Amino acid sequence: MSDPRAPATPRRHLLSIADLSREDVERILDTAASLAASLDREMKKLPTLRGRTVVNLFYESSTRTLASFELAAKRLSADTMSIRSSGSSVDKGESLKDTALTLAAYEPDVIVVRHPSIGAPHLVARHTDAHVVNAGDGKHQHPTQALLDLYTMREALGRLEGLRVAVVGDVLHSRVARSLVQALALVGGETVLVGPPTLVPRGIEGLGCEITHDIAAAAGADVVYVLRMQHERMGEAFVPSLREYTALYGITPERVSPRQVVMHPGPMNRGIEIDPRVADSEQALVTDQVRAGLVVRMAVLYDVLTVAPVESRERAGVA
Amino acid sequence: MLVVRNGRSDSLALEGRVVAPTQGIDECLRITVEDGVITRIEPTDVRATVVAPAFVDPHVHLRAPGREDEETIGSGTQAAAAGGYCAILAMPNTDPVVDSTSVLGALVERARDEAVVPTGFMAAISKGQQGAELTEMAELAESGAAAFTDDGRPVVSAGLMRRALQYSGLTKLRLALHCEEPSLSRGGHAHEGAVAAELGIGPYPSTAESVMVERDLSLAEAEDRQIHLMHLSARESVAALDAALARGGNATGEVTPHHLVLTDEAVRSLDPNVKMNPPLRSESDREALRDALRRGAISCIATDHAPHARQEKDVPFEEAPFGVTGLETAFAALHTHLVMPGVLTLETLLERMSTGPARAFGLEEPRVEVGARANLVALDLDSEWTVTEDGFRSRSANSWLLGETLRGRVVTTVADGRLVFEA
Repeated sequence: MSDPRAPATPRRHLLSIADLSREDVERILDTAASLAASLDREMKKLPTLRGRTVVNLFYESSTRTLASFELAAKRLSADTMSIRSSGSSVDKGESLKDTALTLAAYEPDVIVVRHPSIGAPHLVARHTDAHVVNAGDGKHQHPTQALLDLYTMREALGRLEGLRVAVVGDVLHSRVARSLVQALALVGGETVLVGPPTLVPRGIEGLGCEITHDIAAAAGADVVYVLRMQHERMGEAFVPSLREYTALYGITPERVSPRQVVMHPGPMNRGIEIDPRVADSEQALVTDQVRAGLVVRMAVLYDVLTVAPVESRERAGVA
Repeated sequence: MLVVRNGRSDSLALEGRVVAPTQGIDECLRITVEDGVITRIEPTDVRATVVAPAFVDPHVHLRAPGREDEETIGSGTQAAAAGGYCAILAMPNTDPVVDSTSVLGALVERARDEAVVPTGFMAAISKGQQGAELTEMAELAESGAAAFTDDGRPVVSAGLMRRALQYSGLTKLRLALHCEEPSLSRGGHAHEGAVAAELGIGPYPSTAESVMVERDLSLAEAEDRQIHLMHLSARESVAALDAALARGGNATGEVTPHHLVLTDEAVRSLDPNVKMNPPLRSESDREALRDALRRGAISCIATDHAPHARQEKDVPFEEAPFGVTGLETAFAALHTHLVMPGVLTLETLLERMSTGPARAFGLEEPRVEVGARANLVALDLDSEWTVTEDGFRSRSANSWLLGETLRGRVVTTVADGRLVFEA
């Protein structure tokens, strides 16, 4: 179905990893690496996006994603403002479409959107002329998280091609897992998803991964990527208890070998999905991920604003 | 009972290739209608259009009373006329619910002024569609209810469903059932399968429908009552219906144009206009539905025309309400996507849109016959048109076909002896 509301001029968005090619991913990671080098070397601020405006529109709570997008825009000398759903007109019942139209009136160059519903950034992209970056939509996609995870892996292990990653935990509710599987498939990595049958949806192999319910599969991976286990999942009977979940899938020192690295998108539930001894070990790259978040998001802002426009493949490619 | 608008009948003539599958007619004829009644049928050389018994839609949401911003009896029946329909059945999940003779009576009165095509109003099975107490079925039947349904919601309690089957035996009316086990569908916005898993959309499994289809078929058989299964979507439901029919069960089923044409792959667009309940399912489900329709195990095509206000659909996928419009596009969509590629014959399509639904609900069958009230549709199979937001007679535009070019157009509709639509 063609979308009659799509803008006439194609703009570059980052709505999903499916929007990107392998070259796109590698270019963004390379840009992030050179930004990291120049930030270390010279100053904390680059003039690259002077005069540009970046709006962060956040409908869900967030610490690291919002902070890193704000800081990324500032480090590139863009003007930035952040709108949270609480305390804004959203509290008064303003629709996402109207909020997008209101913000569009200020002619921002980029709108970064986080929202509890799948497709919210796509809707903002339909109704504004800004470049839209998805900072997490429902359980769908969190593409900048996947990019910063790839960046972290490449820095720590020196390669992405052939890398084997075990993603452990609540895959069903995880946009991080979905984005990461797709991103790894793009750059020649392999993913195995590990978790109880109630939390690993059948059919997700279509993203380009294997699935298993046996934690032993994590032993063969280069990277053990631990997902956050949310307490409310018990009330919905996805698992009988956190205790049993931890016993079956918790990442303890016994379950990782010295040659593996451990990652977690945060915030961590220490003692549940990840043992504190693992979280605080040399193998854990959690703070590297946070640092990578800043430079990768700088690279993404730079990329959507400077690289030749292409229409979102995900939207354009669908009948 | 169908409510017919006050007014006079028309006199006119239609000619072309007349296709009336249940009567075994497929020849070029001129049909003369005088004062609403077919008076002459004679050979002709004109074959520019196809003339057929007009369509019957057993599943329409007219949104009146309560949401007249989305649809009214007037706008919905104009849409029906433009779609080639001579009769429609309206759902009772309105505000207030059609669960009393006073609400039903008021609708019947309004329809006498507004209904462009004859309209039957279904009444609820349970008071307020709450699934707790039965409605006063005998009085509702007496006041003109067309059938009983809690459509939009399932009858969750098996005990209440059994009582409804037993008690509705006092009337001649069918129960039309929306089969959904809510503990399986809760939080679901798309078919449980690869697409929902990949996109991270809350899954709505096929079993949420099929376990209720199986339950209701068993109960109906045990109580020796006829039921009608609404908007079937899953191959497991088709298998259950087949098995019941093979045992001699008395059940009918309907399928929508969108379940016949689309699969859950369409959900990748995240377009709220491909969000329906039940959801679009997999390729193998679609194949089972098409096959059941060809065989006649599913005997009705129903649009489940569900108008929604623009602002309610212009939101992210999971926040959007379920439902799409269909009255004005059903024939063209199915002609384009099923008849032209050879999936379904024109004859079968015409039969399942007309005689099939009329029989399922005990309505008078539209026929090409001297002495019959004229219920006829003329179709130009070669005419191409593009579905656009401003092209609808419906007050709503939440169509899954927006922007698509279709082949096949309704040019004339005659309903109960009146010319109700001319392109």
